[in-house]
Amino acid sequence: MSLLSGARDRFILGENAFGLRPDLGLVASMIEPESRLLDVGCDDGALLEYLVKEQGCDGRGMEISQTGVNACVARGLPVVQGDADRHLVDYPDDSFDYVILSHTMQAVHHPRDVLGQLLRIADTAIVSILNYGHWRARMSMVTRGRMPHTRTLSTPWFETANIRPCTVRDFLDLTRMLGIRVGRAYGISKGTEVTVIKPNFEGQANLFSEQAVFELFRPEAPKKRRGKPRGG
Amino acid sequence: MTQAGPAIHEIQESLPGHRVVLRDGADITLESGATLGPVTVAYQTWGTLNEDRSNVVLICHALTGDQYAVGTHPITGKDGWWESMVGPGKPIDTDRFFVVCPNCLGGCMGTTGPAAVNPKTGELYGTNFPVITIRDMVNAQVMLMDELGIEKILCVVGGSMGGMQVLEWAARHRERVESAVCIAGAARHSAQNIAFHEVGRQAIMADPDWCNGLYYKEGKRPESGLSVARMAAHITYLSEPALWRKFGRSLQDRFNKSYGFDADFQVESYLRHQGSTFVNRFDANAYLYITRAMDYFDLETEFDGDLANAWKDIETRFLLVSFTSDWLFPTSESKEVVRSLNRAGANVSFVEIESDKGHDAFLLDEPDLFATAGGFIDSVAREAGI
Repeated sequence: MSLLSGARDRFILGENAFGLRPDLGLVASMIEPESRLLDVGCDDGALLEYLVKEQGCDGRGMEISQTGVNACVARGLPVVQGDADRHLVDYPDDSFDYVILSHTMQAVHHPRDVLGQLLRIADTAIVSILNYGHWRARMSMVTRGRMPHTRTLSTPWFETANIRPCTVRDFLDLTRMLGIRVGRAYGISKGTEVTVIKPNFEGQANLFSEQAVFELFRPEAPKKRRGKPRGG
Repeated sequence: MTQAGPAIHEIQESLPGHRVVLRDGADITLESGATLGPVTVAYQTWGTLNEDRSNVVLICHALTGDQYAVGTHPITGKDGWWESMVGPGKPIDTDRFFVVCPNCLGGCMGTTGPAAVNPKTGELYGTNFPVITIRDMVNAQVMLMDELGIEKILCVVGGSMGGMQVLEWAARHRERVESAVCIAGAARHSAQNIAFHEVGRQAIMADPDWCNGLYYKEGKRPESGLSVARMAAHITYLSEPALWRKFGRSLQDRFNKSYGFDADFQVESYLRHQGSTFVNRFDANAYLYITRAMDYFDLETEFDGDLANAWKDIETRFLLVSFTSDWLFPTSESKEVVRSLNRAGANVSFVEIESDKGHDAFLLDEPDLFATAGGFIDSVAREAGI
């Protein structure tokens, strides 16, 4: 199975044999097989199921919605009902190799605290965001004088769960403020077109990416891998 | 008041269902150190045991429940207490699983308890029955499984006191428990719950017909005491929204207040009815003993103050369920267990179901409960190839 194809810094996300949404496929490709992970905001468990069943990971999930939890439990996935703001504190330090937070960062009340929690319970976090810095979003503000209404930002302001809109630049500023190190970083547009975000080209990624995915490392300790998951 | 009709042990002995004497009638040692024997366990089963005996679901009943989870209750004539959950095509699918539901140790529906005859003396135990614990109840179930030749249990499931037993099973007999479903349960009985139980027990013991626990001999039973105990407890099983929806401040069979102490309000009449029907199916001494067992339950302390010690390297899969309006076994109690399982890296799922029906929600029509529990048990069964 090939997740990725194309040139080094730009590539197109391929079909995932498991039927995973392309952006989730990208997140999955950033996770070492057989690692221990927590997917926060795991929705119906599609990504988690792929990582557990296809990649041999020891995966856990957290999901706020009843329907999401029910879907996960029915897939045989261990998922607890909870939200990132309040329930990450329940996990001990270093419980996992990875914590995944996809499309959830902008829906939490305290993104800064949540980032801290993610990198407390795991030394690597994979975080994806919706980018309000995309040119279409900017155009929407400039020409129409209205909040962005685009392909990826399609919910009106009074209904959107994204109470903390941010751009790629905003997000990277926060990581620098907190001393969080950024590893791999990708911008995604049109659902499948990926651009590697390089340190000096943040502005470009900010303009052309609809979403972005970041690999984040805990500020102090060096990255380490635990290999085989422990426990059952 | 004098009781008409057959004596309590005659009723018990005539109840339908299976019965087994544990360990060929040998004494069993209780957590307190006391011994008890011979011990009989009464139980019901549904479905068929498969060839490799791998499709067993064990149901642990709550304080005032019994083994008649499904089917017409032999005393009340009403439906079983978990018809919504157990049956063909239901979350606990009797077409697929061999479902066992025993009456708990100390119960009054055929399992050895204070209302049974002590075979050694030929007399009813009454308050000579030793104090039992949740661990003793589970040990009796373990021995029942031995008698039935069942080594592994696919799923141990229970609500309330049944949930306590589920946790006890997983904590002490993990090798026999494939998965555990604890609904509206807790790893220890809260101070508030012990307090409520004490009110119930005092009501029973203050009834002159209790006769220091030997009312059977006097041909009496402490109906008013047990009835008050049931009324007080029943309030804790509900919630203000549930009571309000059902009764509000409506008056019972009258247009005006009586300015007296009749059951003016529908809610009063309902509680009185709950109390008076309860005494026909439940033994007062059994109520004392079982509430005591719940009070003593504290898994956390037994595992050196950290429940995570109980779950170290455990392979059992867990599902915990709580209800938003349950103030008897609130979500915080379930979460405490979930946190400890997380600390131990155990495989746990948890949901808090939105319901205004209070603690009793686990017995009622709660589609989200059926979806979650059904999905969980189905996934466990599929993994086991059932």
